[in-house]
Amino acid sequence: MPRTLDPTPASDTRRAIARDAAGVGVAVGLYAVSFGVLAVAAGASTAQAMAMSLLVFTGASQFAFIGVISGGGGAAAALAPALVLAARNAVYGLSVAPLLRGSLGGRLLRAQLVIDESTAMARAQDTPEDARFAFLATGVSVFVCWNAGTLIGALAGSGLGDPRDLGLDAMFPAAFLALLSPQLRRPGAPRVAVTGAAIACVLITLTPAGIPIVAAVLALLPAARVTWRDRGRPAAAVRA
Amino acid sequence: MTWGAILGLALVSYLFKAVGPVLIGARPIPDGTRALLDLAAVPLLAALILVQTVSTDGSYSVDARLPALGVAALLIWRRAPFLVVILAAAATAATLRLV
Repeated sequence: MPRTLDPTPASDTRRAIARDAAGVGVAVGLYAVSFGVLAVAAGASTAQAMAMSLLVFTGASQFAFIGVISGGGGAAAALAPALVLAARNAVYGLSVAPLLRGSLGGRLLRAQLVIDESTAMARAQDTPEDARFAFLATGVSVFVCWNAGTLIGALAGSGLGDPRDLGLDAMFPAAFLALLSPQLRRPGAPRVAVTGAAIACVLITLTPAGIPIVAAVLALLPAARVTWRDRGRPAAAVRA
Repeated sequence: MTWGAILGLALVSYLFKAVGPVLIGARPIPDGTRALLDLAAVPLLAALILVQTVSTDGSYSVDARLPALGVAALLIWRRAPFLVVILAAAATAATLRLV
C-alpha cells in the first residue's frame, strides 16, 4: 500500500484509502473466483459455496475447509484447520475493537467484516478516524467482491482450469506482503514479523495446517512482557 | 459436503470475530495494551506470507510462488499500486510455470 509520510489533506487521504480498498476488493474477488471453482469441484453446491462466502467470510478458513474435503477428509477433519485459521480473527477483533464503537447491533454487524485485509488496512492508517474509515471501506469492498467472485467461480465450474496455472496461489502472499509492509514502520514490528515467520517456518511440517500461523502470535510475548512490566506508568511505550 | 459442518464453521468463525468488538466495545484501552494490539496482526501476516509461499499441504515446497513474491516485494518497495503488485505476482508465477 503506497502511503507517503508527508502530511496530506484529509480528503486526499480518504480518497487514497478508498482507492486502496477497491484495489484490495478486486484482488480478493479474483481469488474468490478460484474459491468458487474449487468448492464446486470438491462437491459443494453453488448454494453451499455462497453460504460459506457470505457466512464464514474468512478466505483462508474456507480454502482449508474445502481443501481437506476434496482430499477425501470428513467434516470433522476439515473443520479443525478451518477453525484454527479462523481463530486469528479473534486477535484481529481485539485489535480493531476500539475503532468499532457504536450500538451493540452495529458492532455485531461490523464484526463480520473483521478479516485480514480490513484489519491490516485499518492498522496502516495514522489516525483513529482514518483507521475506522479504512476498516469499513475495505471490509465492505472485500465482502462484496469476495461473494461476487465466489458466485462467478461456482457457476463457471471447472471451465477456468487449474488456478495454479493462472498464478492465483501467488497472489495471496503478495497481497499479504503489501498489507504488512506499512505496518513494519511500527516500533518493534520488523523483529516481531521475522520471529513470527520463523515460528511458522519451524512448525510447517510438525503441526496440522493452521497451527503454524496461529502460533506466530507467540512472537508478541517479549513486547507483551514489557507492556505488563510498564503497566500503570503514563505513556508507556511498547518495545519489542 | 454437509450443511451442518458449513453452518458450524460459520457460527464459530463469527464468534471469533465478534469477541473483541462485543466485549471491549467503547471501553478505553490502556496505551501500552493498545500499542501491543497494534502489533498483533504483524506476526500473523508474516506467518501467512511464509506458509503460503514455501509450503504445500504441510510440507516445504519452493516453486514459482517465491520469485513471484520477490517481484511483489520489489514493486511494493517502488510504491506500485496494490492491484499492480498482486497481478504482477500472479503473472510471474503463471509465466514461470508455463516455461
